[in-house]
Amino acid sequence: MRTIISDRIADAVSEMCIEANCVLPDDVRRCILSSRDAEVWPGARATLDRIVENFEIAERAVMPICQDTGVTCVFVTIGQDVHVVGDINEAINEGVRRGSKEGYLRASLVADPLCRKNTGDNTPAMIYYDIVPGDAFKLTVAPKGFGSENMSKVAMLKPSDGLDGVIDFVLHTVEEAGANPCPPIFVGVGLGGTFDKAALLAKKALMRSADDANPDPFYADLEASLLERINALGIGPQGFGGKTTALAVHVEVMPTHIAGLPVAVNLNCHVARHVSRDV
Amino acid sequence: MKETLTKIKTITTPLDRDTARTLRCGDEVLLTGEIYTARDAAHMRLMELSKNGERFPLPMEGAIIYYVGPTPEKPGTVIGSAGPTTSYRMDSTAPSLIAKGLMGMIGKGKRSAEVVEAMKAHGAVYLGAIGGAGALIARCIESSEVIAYEDLSAEAVRKLFVRDMPLTVIIDSLGNNLYDHGREDYLSFNKQQSEQR
Repeated sequence: MRTIISDRIADAVSEMCIEANCVLPDDVRRCILSSRDAEVWPGARATLDRIVENFEIAERAVMPICQDTGVTCVFVTIGQDVHVVGDINEAINEGVRRGSKEGYLRASLVADPLCRKNTGDNTPAMIYYDIVPGDAFKLTVAPKGFGSENMSKVAMLKPSDGLDGVIDFVLHTVEEAGANPCPPIFVGVGLGGTFDKAALLAKKALMRSADDANPDPFYADLEASLLERINALGIGPQGFGGKTTALAVHVEVMPTHIAGLPVAVNLNCHVARHVSRDV
Repeated sequence: MKETLTKIKTITTPLDRDTARTLRCGDEVLLTGEIYTARDAAHMRLMELSKNGERFPLPMEGAIIYYVGPTPEKPGTVIGSAGPTTSYRMDSTAPSLIAKGLMGMIGKGKRSAEVVEAMKAHGAVYLGAIGGAGALIARCIESSEVIAYEDLSAEAVRKLFVRDMPLTVIIDSLGNNLYDHGREDYLSFNKQQSEQR
């Protein structure tokens, strides 16, 4: 049994909120730079140059890469043998509160979807727990912008729709989103489970390192083929035309019911923020 | 390269109809002057004012509205990160503001047919800033002052002075749309390239 004082969790989350918003992760940088180098359309290349310049300025000035500092998604992997002293949810929210203030992040959450009063401090975080054997405690903080979140979709396909149905749905979602989610985008696809689990898988797919493929060769091929087909749409950076519409497609799968084929597509912008840390 | 440089047009505010009419979709422009910020919540309040026949907190004639909710400024700086938000959420309000003199909107993403019709009828333009480039865009902002709805914090209406703000004309006053043309141009270029190979 390992004991973790909740204050340590709050401290970690606070630092991670600032880092995630101001420093673009290396995997995302690599993806943007290699796409920029492969971009053949001059206007698109110039837009990608601006995007690179922007994350370089943000890092130097320690300011948010994007003004939409997002809803703070916090993924917690917690070992069964870990005992947290104190309120873990409150510790995470305290971290978000402090990180938002100290990092000059924008207050982007409203307390109620209809009354719409701003909470003023970016709480509450959206918290996801995974319980695993052992005594590990890992946090991933991923601020998620809503320009791309708003363009995400779930469909309950029929088993007979199969692979083609899934491909069509992903392409349709990206095409309909067009310029809105700030392309070039990352495309997270969740397949299987239930209505809600498919959506969660899609979000988790966005947490995977940008240049890692699915370990299953079948799904790695599907990811590569979806990326190629998305980049043949011609939407391009910012929707102004070009090859680079998506930077990566990640697919996550799980078992599902004999009657169903749930598919969720969670889009993320080029400011794909995620920071992980062991506590 | 020279061609690209000569294509850049400079515009100032208040934006007059004659200048707006010379802009074409795909043009790169540099904007200098006072502009106003407003996004979802401020637009809802502007609609309320309009319904009740009350005065707007900003002069609409020739105005350019920037759809942005910036991050808070750090001490010693003018503004935080300040890139565009997605414009379609303001589509229900935009036509009535255009009818009242609004000449330009800065944002990103698609607009409704109603907004495009209003733009054509009144000669207004829709300009794009790079979504997700908030730190870069902040460099063009020389001053920022909240002029209305301070309680909305990031969503308050601000008067900004911008200098040489780099923008792209997405939809011009004739209704030409870069999202259609840019994509078609790239796809036909790509087709030619693959036929040559």
